[in-house]
Amino acid sequence: MRNLTLGVCVAALLTAGAARAEDTVKLGYIDPLSGGGASIGEVGLKHFQWLADQINASGGLMGKKLEILPFDDKVNPQEAVVQARKAIDAGARFITQGNGSSVASALIDFVQKFNDRNPGKETLYFNYAAVDTSLTNAKCSFWHFRWDANSTIKMAAITNYLKTQPSVKKVYIINQDYSFGQEVKKLANEMLKAKRPDVQIVGDELHPLLKVTDFAPYIAKIKASGADTVITGNWGQDMALLLKAAADAGLQVKWYTYYAGGAGGPTAIKQTGLDHKVFDVVEGNPNSAPPDAQKTEEEFRAKFNVTLWYPRAVNEMRMFQKAVTEAKSLDPKAVALKLEDMKVKTFDGGEGWMRKEDHQFHQDMYIRSFGALPKGAKFDEEKTGWGWTEVAKVAAKDTVVPTTCKMERP
Amino acid sequence: MLEIITFSTLNGVLYGMLLFMMASGLTLIFSMMGVLNFAHASFYMIGAYFGFEISRRIGFWPGFVVAPLLVGGVGALIERFGLRRVHGYGHVAELLFTFGLAFVIEELVNMFWGRLPVDYRVPPSLDFVAFKLFDTTYPAYRMFMLATAVAMFVFLILILKRTRVGLIIQAALTHPNMVAMLGHDVPTVFMLVFGVGAALAGLAGVIAGPALVTQPSMAGLLGPILFVVIVVGGLGSLTGAFLASLLIGLVQTFAVAINGSLFDLIGPTATTIFGELGSVTVAQIAPILPYLLLVVVLIVRPTGLFGNRET
Repeated sequence: MRNLTLGVCVAALLTAGAARAEDTVKLGYIDPLSGGGASIGEVGLKHFQWLADQINASGGLMGKKLEILPFDDKVNPQEAVVQARKAIDAGARFITQGNGSSVASALIDFVQKFNDRNPGKETLYFNYAAVDTSLTNAKCSFWHFRWDANSTIKMAAITNYLKTQPSVKKVYIINQDYSFGQEVKKLANEMLKAKRPDVQIVGDELHPLLKVTDFAPYIAKIKASGADTVITGNWGQDMALLLKAAADAGLQVKWYTYYAGGAGGPTAIKQTGLDHKVFDVVEGNPNSAPPDAQKTEEEFRAKFNVTLWYPRAVNEMRMFQKAVTEAKSLDPKAVALKLEDMKVKTFDGGEGWMRKEDHQFHQDMYIRSFGALPKGAKFDEEKTGWGWTEVAKVAAKDTVVPTTCKMERP
Repeated sequence: MLEIITFSTLNGVLYGMLLFMMASGLTLIFSMMGVLNFAHASFYMIGAYFGFEISRRIGFWPGFVVAPLLVGGVGALIERFGLRRVHGYGHVAELLFTFGLAFVIEELVNMFWGRLPVDYRVPPSLDFVAFKLFDTTYPAYRMFMLATAVAMFVFLILILKRTRVGLIIQAALTHPNMVAMLGHDVPTVFMLVFGVGAALAGLAGVIAGPALVTQPSMAGLLGPILFVVIVVGGLGSLTGAFLASLLIGLVQTFAVAINGSLFDLIGPTATTIFGELGSVTVAQIAPILPYLLLVVVLIVRPTGLFGNRET
C-alpha cells in the first residue's frame, strides 16, 4: 500500500513537473561552458538569464515564462549539433549561440535539415556573436538570424578608420586558425590593400584556436617584424593572453581588434600601459550610451560584477519578445516572419534593422579605444580604472554591404 | 634575426623548464608505481589556485612556500586513501582512478573559483623589467620562474643522487619488489614520491599562474604535452625528462618563429604533391610538432631517448 501511495505521489509529481515545464517557452543556450571558451560562455549565459528575467517581469512571451536551458558545446561543431538535438528534445524551439563561426555554420546546417524533416516542429536559431560573413551569404538560412555585425562590416569599419591614421605604416595580422580567423586575415589583407595601399603588411599569422598558453614566441615575432600596428580577430583567452604577452615584452604598438573587451583583455591592457592604443569595434559603448542603457548597464554590473558585453543580446531578446507579441504566436515560423525587416531602437540608442534578404541585423557601430577615462565617464572595466572611449561612430546605413544570400523560404 | 633567436631560446628554455617541473614528478610516479597519472596536470592547476588564494590573503611569497606543500599534502592523501586502495585491482583501475580524479578536480575548481580566469598577479617585488635587449624587455618574473625551475632541478638531482632516500627511490624505480624484500617500506616511499611529484607540479602552478592564465582549463591544456615529454624522454629517466622538456620547449618556440613552408623549400611542386599541406607554414603546425615527435620516437626508439624499460 505504501509503495502504491509513493508511486502515485511520484507520478503526480512527474506530471506536475511536466505540466509546469509545458508552461514555459524554452530557449536553448548553446555555447562553451567548459574549456578555453568557458570564460566567455559563462558571461553570455548570465546575459540571457538576466534578459529572460526581464522579459518575464514584463509579462513574458504570450503570458508564458521564458526559460533559458544552458548546453555546453565546447566550441566544437559536432558537439554543438548534439547539444542542439538535446535542446530540442528538452522542448526548446528557439536556440541561441554565439561563440565560434565554425559552430554556427554547423548549427545552421543542422537547423535547416531538422526543419526540412520535421515540418510543424521547426526550430529557430538566433546568432548573437558568430560573425563569419558567409553565415548570412553563401550559407544563409531562413531559420538563422544574426544580431552581431558580420566580419566584413567590422573590418570595413576598422580599415575606414585606418584611412584617417597616417601614423600606421607597418601592420601585423594575427588570427586564430579556423573559419573566422581565416576570414579576418583575408579581409584585412584585401581591405588594407584597397584603402591603404601605402601600408606594408609585415606579418600574417594563424595560430591554433584556444590552445596557446604562452604567446611570448608570437610577440617576439611581431616585435622582430618592426610592426607599429597589429590587427586581430582574436577572442576569449587568445585575446587576453596575446595582450598579456605583449605587456611582458613591452611591445608598444597599436592594436585594432574585434574583441579586446573580453575577459582578461582590459586587465592586460592596463598592465601594459597601452593608454588609448587598443581599439575595438562593437555595437555599443557604455560611456556614451543613452541614460536608460546606462541605467541597465549599472544594474547588470551590480548584479553580476561583469560588463554588459552583449548589447546585441539585449537587442536580440527584445526583438524576440516584440516579434512574438506582434505575431501573437510562439510558432518559430511566425516569429521569423515578424523579425524580418523589423525596425527597432537599439539598446545603445540608434536605429536598427533586420535585413530580410539575409537576416543580418544592421546597427550603429562604434570604434572605441581603451585607456584612462575622461571626466564624467562612468564605466571602467575589470576594476582597472580605465575604460572605453568612443573614437568613431559608423551609422547603421553606412554598414550596409550587399549580400549574395539566396534564401529558401518556406 | 639575432633578436628572435635570443628571445625564442629564452622563451623555449623557460617553457621547457616549466614542463620539466611537472614531467619530473610524472615520470618518477610512473616508473615507480606503473601508474600513468592523468591527474598530474590537475596538481599543477590546484597549485596555481592555492597560490592565488594565499597570495590574495597574505601575499605571494607565503603562497610560494605554502601552496606547493599543501598540494604535496593533497597528493600524498590521495595516494594513501585513494590510489593505494585501488592498487590491488591492477593498473587499469589505477589509471581509471587518476582519469576520474582529473575531472573531479576540474569540477571542484569550477565550483570554488568559477570558470572565469582569476586575477592572479605577479608580486610587486618581481614586477619590473629584468633586462632590455634589442629594444624588447624581458620581465623579471620570467627570470624568477627560470631560476626556480633550475633550483628545483638541482635540488631533485642532489636528493636522488646524494641521499639515502634517493638511493631507495632509484632502486624502487627499477626493482620495487627487491626493495620491498630488503625491508624497506615501499608503500610509504610510493606515498612520498607521489606527494613530492604533486608538490613539484604545484610549485610549477604557483609560479606559472601569474605569468600564464589561472583558469580551470589550464590542466587540460598542458596535460597531453606532459605525456609526450615523458615518453620522448624515456619513462623513468629524469635526465630524459629534462632533455625532452627542453627539446619540446625549444621546438615549439622556434617553430612559431619560422614562416617557411614546403612550398618555400621545394618550390611549386610542393602544392602538387602535398596539396593544401604544401603551403602550410611551420609556424602553423608548431602545436602538433611535439605529437609528431612522439610518434617518430615511438617508431624509432620505443624506449624513448634515455629510457631503458619497454613501455
